[in-house]
Amino acid sequence: MKVTLNIWRQKNVSSKGRFETYEVDNIDEHISFLEMLDMLNERLLKNDQEPISFSHDCREGICGACGLFINGRAHGPMRGVTTCQLHMRMFNDNDVITIEPWRAKAFPVIKDLTVDRTALDKIMQGGGYVSVNTGGVPDANSVIIPKLIADEAFNSAVCIGCGACVATCKNASASLFTAAKVSQLALLPQGYPERKYRARNMIDVMDGLGFGNCSNTYACEVDCPKEISVLNIARMNREYLKSIFVSLYS
Amino acid sequence: MKLDAKIPKGSLGEKWDNHKFNLKLVNPANKRKFDIIVIGTGLAGASAADSLAELGYNVKVFCFQDSARRAHSIAAQGGINAAKNYQNDGDSVYRLFYDTIKGGDYRAREANVYRLAQLSSNIIDQCVAQGVPFTREYGGLLDNRSFGGAQVSRTFYAKGQTGQQLLLGTYGALCRQIELGKISYNPYHEILEYVLIDGHAKGVVTRNLLTGEIKSHAAHAVIIASGGYSNVFYLSTNAMGSNATAAWRAYKKGAYFANPCFTQIHPTCIPQAGEAQSKLTLMSESLRNDGRVWAPKSKENAEKLRKEELKPKDIPEDDRDYFLERKYPAFGNLVPRDIASRAVKEVCDEGRGIAATGLGVYLDFSDAISRLGTVAIEGRYGNLFQMYEKISGEDPYKTPMKIYPAVHYTMGGLWVDYNLMTTVPGLYALGEANFSDHGANRLGASALMQGLADGYFVIPYTIGDYLAGLGFNKVDINNPAFAEAEKNVKDKIEKLISAKGQRTPDEIHRELGKIMWEKVGMSRNEAGLKEAVEEIRRLKESFWKDIKVIGEKDNINETLEKAGRVIDFIELAEIMAIDALERPESCGCHFRLESQTEEGEAKRNDNDFTYVSAFSYEGEENEPKMHKEELKFEFVELTQRSYK
Ligand SMILES: Cc1cc2nc3c(=O)[nH]c(=O)nc-3n(C[C@H](O)[C@H](O)[C@H](O)COP(=O)(O)OP(=O)(O)OC[C@H]3O[C@@H](n4cnc5c(N)ncnc54)[C@H](O)[C@@H]3O)c2cc1C
Ligand code: FES
Repeated sequence: MKVTLNIWRQKNVSSKGRFETYEVDNIDEHISFLEMLDMLNERLLKNDQEPISFSHDCREGICGACGLFINGRAHGPMRGVTTCQLHMRMFNDNDVITIEPWRAKAFPVIKDLTVDRTALDKIMQGGGYVSVNTGGVPDANSVIIPKLIADEAFNSAVCIGCGACVATCKNASASLFTAAKVSQLALLPQGYPERKYRARNMIDVMDGLGFGNCSNTYACEVDCPKEISVLNIARMNREYLKSIFVSLYS
Repeated sequence: MKLDAKIPKGSLGEKWDNHKFNLKLVNPANKRKFDIIVIGTGLAGASAADSLAELGYNVKVFCFQDSARRAHSIAAQGGINAAKNYQNDGDSVYRLFYDTIKGGDYRAREANVYRLAQLSSNIIDQCVAQGVPFTREYGGLLDNRSFGGAQVSRTFYAKGQTGQQLLLGTYGALCRQIELGKISYNPYHEILEYVLIDGHAKGVVTRNLLTGEIKSHAAHAVIIASGGYSNVFYLSTNAMGSNATAAWRAYKKGAYFANPCFTQIHPTCIPQAGEAQSKLTLMSESLRNDGRVWAPKSKENAEKLRKEELKPKDIPEDDRDYFLERKYPAFGNLVPRDIASRAVKEVCDEGRGIAATGLGVYLDFSDAISRLGTVAIEGRYGNLFQMYEKISGEDPYKTPMKIYPAVHYTMGGLWVDYNLMTTVPGLYALGEANFSDHGANRLGASALMQGLADGYFVIPYTIGDYLAGLGFNKVDINNPAFAEAEKNVKDKIEKLISAKGQRTPDEIHRELGKIMWEKVGMSRNEAGLKEAVEEIRRLKESFWKDIKVIGEKDNINETLEKAGRVIDFIELAEIMAIDALERPESCGCHFRLESQTEEGEAKRNDNDFTYVSAFSYEGEENEPKMHKEELKFEFVELTQRSYK
């Protein structure tokens, strides 16, 4: 098959970008979308043109490194997949495909399709953990957690930190990302001792980094490759209110 | 140099305790006077960094990805072993030790493996305390499953995302120490050189992958936790960025490289689709608990299946060969990885392979689905089935999966003693980057265990013993050794960027991969290995003439990064082939055609080859030198593995 690609090219953080058009043909429909970009990059390099920078690593939907805005959707047209899990059979011969980087104030474009997502690490540093040191912890089975609760916490914990929720949100909010961690730890007994502060601390960091507010459009849930539920945001908001309450009365 | 593993005296059960007592300690108030560099934020690196920072050391961590959370440990699916005996099925520290040492075909150290089994329980406790959401039973206790090669259920798991959950647990601990100011965090950095002063590791030189800045970092000790080198084969289940550079540059600075030829080929991966294939995807070993592996009995049927003139369901039971069940009735589909992979290869070599390329067999769930129902199977493997469908476009509930072996894990790595120190004082290696615990074959669910044991529970003790012997002076970054190392790095980058060849890094890498897969892959023989050594040497020679890199050195430049890694892979490939050549026995994953039993099984030669081979770098002009660490077995009896 053959496709025409409109790809965002940008030399570095400070330069202005623009779209460039490329054609790729002889594509086997069974290869992945990123393998199609590899083909293009091989060809560019052969012709002394600089390959297109894009972030990727595991290529199986778990590391969260990849993330392209494809035809106006974070991670492309399919629900529940990352960019690296898209295969060319999901497109049609002669399609025109527009590929852009994640766009958000907190994610500056550093080259072509690669953006800087270190802001997400900073949110985690704001409290996305249980404060236990190595050693001196109780036997694993001394803490009993009902299966349904453990499974729910797991469903929040599957976030891969790709940033699709931010990219797809018109306010560039990181609420779903932050809420997934807050929820996981709010559900589990291990998270209780620090529950009073966690949501507030993480949200404060998030706000300070230039992410926008959540206005409940739920676009994030639609484009999240792990289909993390917006109910997590509701839980985070409750946690946040509780923590404000605690700080007022203590 | 004589290799001294520093194995403590005493019975198996006493060794680690005695050793911990004899190790020197650094007084709590003095710990902040020491700086430690950790390369890598996978399970091994992150757990080491957290634990050392918690103790009070100043830690600096590096990873090449944009975030610590993306280290390749994130991709581990199946689970992590621990000798908890929660299932009351007869597990014990000794049994986990025994299974692991036997699984490794008796090419690992007894003392190390026993310690690993002892520490396994603590790991699970630690992870649960961090809030890792392991899969649980309805009563609220932790669930376990059995994993290939084990007859007890000792594997803990978080659905099909165990590595992700464990890594996020230790990443959380890392974030906490960053927030507390005890860890300096440097994502997007690649280690390109080590700095030795008076023979001791005192720092590293990095390239900032965003700005191209080359910079020195000084420390009292350096820990390498940079993962494995499966990507030597070009196609493997590792992430695209996984590389050997950090370990290889250490080798070139004097760290010995042990058992380089011990590489594991995992039986159940999705077969290659075509030339554009960039990596292979593992389908967890847990699938063999319910899936049955088969190929058609006749070549004619195989041919028709390949051309899609027949569908698998058109092949009647009598015409199917469930070859693992046939050959290994006791273990059936659950034989260890090396055995299963070879059996699959044999079938395909006979012309009975399926998939377009003929390189594939079926993994069939139809029996399990009729026995247990779709819902139960979905509960167990739902996410894996989904992943398979996304990649292959076929629904495994309706038609069997197609699978073929792929390179997955490297048992070899930097040689370390019982303290995890390499042959360079002050330079340590943890996790998949070292060679220590898995012998010639790793059992499922034991790499996660080893990475976390090394990081959480071994290095925090053993590194103190080394540091306690040093003074408190800061390492002087103005020492000329740093400037010299920086210059070497800059020269090499200049050489790469100004190369005028015509071949892309991927082209050269693919060629290397073909040589390795065909001649240093699942089965090896003398003639093939000799050819491989020659071909690799030719590739190494032509690399600088052929390689093409464009773009700038002071900006993101993936081609430049890739080119630097490919030349390291080529150099490492050479000692892999030499090592395989110089070990004419078969053991574990290393199958020499010249050394097999009458039934075609691997035949070890314990009289001549019960040793670890460790290679030292002797300069560009000379061949690497092989040293031997004899393995002594005081507690277990060496037997031929049998899974019949
Ligand atoms: C698909 C898959 C599934 C698996 N499933 C299981 C399983 O179920 N159970 C099990 O026990 N094992 C499993 N394994 C094996 C196991 O995941 C790995 O062996 C283990 O996670 C390796 O951890 P590590 O910390 O040593 O290295 P990694 O997690 O690979 O981390 C390496 C780190 O080093 C950094 N790094 C590398 N080179 C450089 C450099 N030059 N400069 C700076 N930083 C560098 C990287 O950025 C990264 O942070 C699986 C492996 C794969 C590939
Ligand atoms: S490359 Fe890892 S999720 Fe896509």
